Amino acid sequence: MTEPLLKVEGVETYYGQIHALRGIGFEVRRGQVVTLLGANGAGKSTSLRTISGLVPAKRGRVLFEGEDITRVAAHRIARLGLVHVPEGRRIFRGMSVEENLDLGGFTVAEEEVRRRRREAAYAMFPILAERRASDSSLLSGGEQQMLAIARALMSEPKLLLLDEPSMGLAPRLVQEIMRTIRRLNEAGTTVLLVEQNARMALRLAHYGHVLETGRIVLSGEAAALEKDESLAKAYLGGGPRNEGVAAAG
Amino acid sequence: MPLYEVLLQQFANGLILGSFYALVALGYSMVYGVIKLLNFAHGDLYMTGAFAGFGALSLFSGWLGGGWGGIVPAILFSMVAVGALGVIIDRVAYRPLRQAPKLSVLITALAVSMLLENVALAFTGGQYTAFTTNLGFAGVDLGMVHVTYTQMVLVGASVVLMVVLELFVSGTMHGKAMRAIAIDQDACRLMGIDVDRTIALTFLIGSALAAAAGVLAGVYYGSINFFMGFLIGLKAFTAAVIGGIGSIPGAMLGGILLGLLEAFGTQIPGVGSEWKDVFVFAFLILFLVFRPTGLLGRPEVERM
Ligand SMILES: Nc1ncnc2c1ncn2[C@@H]1O[C@H](COP(=O)(O)OP(=O)(O)O)[C@@H](O)[C@H]1O
Ligand SMILES: [Mg+2]
Repeated sequence: MTEPLLKVEGVETYYGQIHALRGIGFEVRRGQVVTLLGANGAGKSTSLRTISGLVPAKRGRVLFEGEDITRVAAHRIARLGLVHVPEGRRIFRGMSVEENLDLGGFTVAEEEVRRRRREAAYAMFPILAERRASDSSLLSGGEQQMLAIARALMSEPKLLLLDEPSMGLAPRLVQEIMRTIRRLNEAGTTVLLVEQNARMALRLAHYGHVLETGRIVLSGEAAALEKDESLAKAYLGGGPRNEGVAAAG
Repeated sequence: MPLYEVLLQQFANGLILGSFYALVALGYSMVYGVIKLLNFAHGDLYMTGAFAGFGALSLFSGWLGGGWGGIVPAILFSMVAVGALGVIIDRVAYRPLRQAPKLSVLITALAVSMLLENVALAFTGGQYTAFTTNLGFAGVDLGMVHVTYTQMVLVGASVVLMVVLELFVSGTMHGKAMRAIAIDQDACRLMGIDVDRTIALTFLIGSALAAAAGVLAGVYYGSINFFMGFLIGLKAFTAAVIGGIGSIPGAMLGGILLGLLEAFGTQIPGVGSEWKDVFVFAFLILFLVFRPTGLLGRPEVERM
């Protein structure tokens, strides 16, 4: 078997005294969508932050393309092609849509390449093209999320970490974001997706892991997890709801 | 002198003063923008710049002359040397404290300020150093108002530096990165931006601008001393607050406004020039109370 794109082994992370990750391990293979599920405070965001180098792991290892990146600085990890779209979008408010995209392509050496990718982003998200000169903080929540994703795509990442891209969005927009993620994946981008909206994430993912207070308590193929009784009770909001936007947690 | 000539004279004085304030305010504001530090040592970099320029001019004037032919290389030398000093100060004094409480960094900045002042004091013995050039007083007469070519070049040089800065900050990737780290450092890291290096770049540029202002002020006033950075540091801070601290166009605007305000303030009947500093700092207090975001500043963006 080929080596996984991302391998997380026994990772433990602290915020001061708070033991946020108590030893988690999983893999992401090329071409997959893998999802991390769990209630608020379970450690989903901390997992992504540890992988992308924003917070240091106290113990354990993170391997990207076989290379140990556990102690590598965040900006160097991004340059390796592992790009993290953080919770809350974190666009550069006060800067224009176009400047936000340019910054996503900061590591692109040639201006011409950056320009081409910007146009590709506008083709993918026409609403951003219309607002290219406006202050990004004036965009709606859905548009800001699209900008955050488009900005991350500017460096053509090998692995995209997405932290709750559907947070705070209207159902129609959630569907659109999910379709976008599927399209990206079909075009070859590997995705590690964090969601509270478990039902929807599992419909998109190949594989899922459920976190509870810093530990993985359940793992499996997405299709199997979707049918799992205990998971259904805990995270899928009980009975079957087919609109696919049942908020969990 | 007729009133309009008095006003014209004060306008010229205010513009020169204001362009010095603006150049110093820029560095103050840029550094505040990226690491939220009031760099109290910034005014002393202006002073250090004046001395570096003086030293360079003493060396160069032998074969380049004491006119602009010697002054321009002296300015460039001073900008490079003091720019490097700014980077070293950040690396040695501020960077180790990035995660420390703001107060610790503030106190460190005061210490750096005292260090620079006292080194200069030790070298000069507290004496004024004559900053001699042979620029002369040729210029243009507008009625009884005489504006020298030197004064015009001083304002022109400041404007050129500010235009170059604006082009850099809005047009280049490193300039955009500088503005972006003022907004969200972690988001920058996730884009592959080296935040420490970008902060160092901010210190480099801010310190170099202060150094340029220091040399220009030496040329203008004809003498420099170890304490010359103290008051201008406070005034540049005032200018930065008036313009909107963290905002680059704001620092330019605030600097020019403050220079004009100070020049015209001395002309109000009953307000002699000994009151000009009172005038300036009264404005600082008014702005801090009624419009703390300044003229062009935006309210602090809440992080999610
Ligand atoms: N910056 C922080 N400082 C201290 N504790 C934190 C911080 N961020 C998260 N935590 C704690 O770490 C645990 C995991 O949080 P998080 O990873 O954000 O969970 P999730 O993303 O699953 O909602 C929680 O107990 C949370 O309170
Ligand atoms: Mg979270």
